[in-house]
Amino acid sequence: MIFGVDVASMLLGGVSAGMVLFIVSVGLSVTMGLMGVVNLAHGGFAMIGGYVIVLLMRQWGIGFLPALALGFIITALVSVVFERLFYSRLYRSSELDQVLFTIGLVFVMIASVTLRIGPENQSLTLPSALQGQLDLGFMHYRTYSIFLIGVGVLMVIGLWFGFERTRMGAQIRAAVDNRRMAESLGINISRLFTITFAFGSGMAALGGGLGVEFLGLDPQYPLKYLVLFLIVVAVGGLGRVTGVFYAALIIGVLDFALKQYLPQGGTVFIYALTILLLLWRPQGLFGGKAG
Amino acid sequence: MSAPTLASTEHPAALALARRSRLRPWEALPWVLAIAFYFVFPRYLGFGTDLLISILFALSLDLALGYAGIVTLGHAAFFGAGAYTVGMLAKYGIWTEPVTSLALAAGMAALLGLASGWVLLRTTGLTLLMLTLCTMGLLEELANMGAQYTGGYDGLDNLPIPPLFGLFEFNPLYPKTQFLYSLGVLFLGFVFVRTLVYSPFGQSLTGIRENMLRMHAVGAPVRRRLVSCYAISAAIAGIAGGLWAQTNAYVNLSALGLDRAATILIVLVLGGYGRLYGAFVGAVAYMTLSHFLAKAYPTAWQLGVGLLLMVIALFARNGIIGVWDGLTRLIRAKRTSP
Repeated sequence: MIFGVDVASMLLGGVSAGMVLFIVSVGLSVTMGLMGVVNLAHGGFAMIGGYVIVLLMRQWGIGFLPALALGFIITALVSVVFERLFYSRLYRSSELDQVLFTIGLVFVMIASVTLRIGPENQSLTLPSALQGQLDLGFMHYRTYSIFLIGVGVLMVIGLWFGFERTRMGAQIRAAVDNRRMAESLGINISRLFTITFAFGSGMAALGGGLGVEFLGLDPQYPLKYLVLFLIVVAVGGLGRVTGVFYAALIIGVLDFALKQYLPQGGTVFIYALTILLLLWRPQGLFGGKAG
Repeated sequence: MSAPTLASTEHPAALALARRSRLRPWEALPWVLAIAFYFVFPRYLGFGTDLLISILFALSLDLALGYAGIVTLGHAAFFGAGAYTVGMLAKYGIWTEPVTSLALAAGMAALLGLASGWVLLRTTGLTLLMLTLCTMGLLEELANMGAQYTGGYDGLDNLPIPPLFGLFEFNPLYPKTQFLYSLGVLFLGFVFVRTLVYSPFGQSLTGIRENMLRMHAVGAPVRRRLVSCYAISAAIAGIAGGLWAQTNAYVNLSALGLDRAATILIVLVLGGYGRLYGAFVGAVAYMTLSHFLAKAYPTAWQLGVGLLLMVIALFARNGIIGVWDGLTRLIRAKRTSP
């Protein structure tokens, strides 16, 4: 019985961490799949969102949920500026140029945040309704983790619906599979890119704010978790919402469990598994045929 | 009219190739400057040694990235492999002689490059990028984990490095020997790389970078070429790493991480990749600026490097040398047109 509760609490912890990973990474998967831009600065948008949310709550006393919504909107708007000004020039560039540009952007983001706000770690005070423990019947568990799992599930359902059942989603899927064909059918690709990029960055911002508890929030955030987000996307497959969801859950649980039982060598395991997986299926665990 | 048959060495294409690889007078300049540096700035020889090692490391990356077009974010893996080979052999008293230690470092890094290249270079694009990142991360974590052998996070320090050739004492406080030793190693490495890129092998690498399909079509052994190039590049990076460990008399996790891999990439693209002297120009520009600015204004320095990278990626794809070439071409065009 004790063992059962142990496993359940480990699963809950891992799944809720996985939800944060999913919310941050899903935008990266869609934009990389859609636009073919290796966007190493995606974590930077998550960091900007996190800071906007934390500062709105602390300085202006705005509530948690409205701050999340504002963080989404502000980060999405900022990312539109970046997309129109810079990223749109990189769509036809070589991978190396994309890597260089986005690394440069990460540096600029880190330095700006350090200069404006300072290098220290930020914390976020959750509303009292989300603090404490929740009685699940067979055990007690942190309310916030349960809340995250709920939010993540709602998001994946919403995204799945948007992707599979709306006109916009169909256009995105068409453009991921065959951009030229989609363009010649009259889909306005550049508008689609802008909207998707803004939405993906907004999601990252939500993830940045929701994940302060798990990932922390300091100026080094975009570099610290760069590889982790990329692994989630690579395992899940480019341009696949559900793929990223499963990948984020697997990695979240694996990471959580390994940190608990194998605190020394946990990360080695994840790297090794990712290498083996990518050699076996370069398109990711849930990606379609590589194309 | 039948064309007179030319000996293969007189064929216009062969002559053009030979002309490209001809030594030009200005190519003596970096070495003259390095010797001058030795006499003019005796107090900055430690910095100079770091600079020479960075040039060698950037040169190795240039071979893989600039010539063969292998976009990697994990080149520090080989630098680290070389550094840890030298460090662990010296720390545990197994092998300390400097020159042969470097050869062992090169061998170890080459083996790693051969094994990982053989497996990874089946993939391209984002997958390859991820795999190089993960391989480096794996090594870094292993070095962190095997603390009883590698010293973990703190690394291994006070490495006993015996005098070079049994004659010239290594002394980190007054690093004359280090500087000349590193200069010698860099010179040999450069001559090797220069010969390599102008050889038919080097030409085929450029061909693979420009159009892999066509190289397949003309029957070039593309994968074998890429893997050998990757292993050679790894070996040179390993030498740079070994040299770094010897001259600092320590080795730690900073030898193999994203930081070092990103920095050397920046150095190379700042100078200009795919051209032999990009590594030199980039390393001198970056290291000098970083030496004076990075410690005094770390955040502003990071901001500046970031902005510079964005500008290079958007506007100046060939780095400083590319900009220089463009300017001289512009001036020449103005002069010839009345």
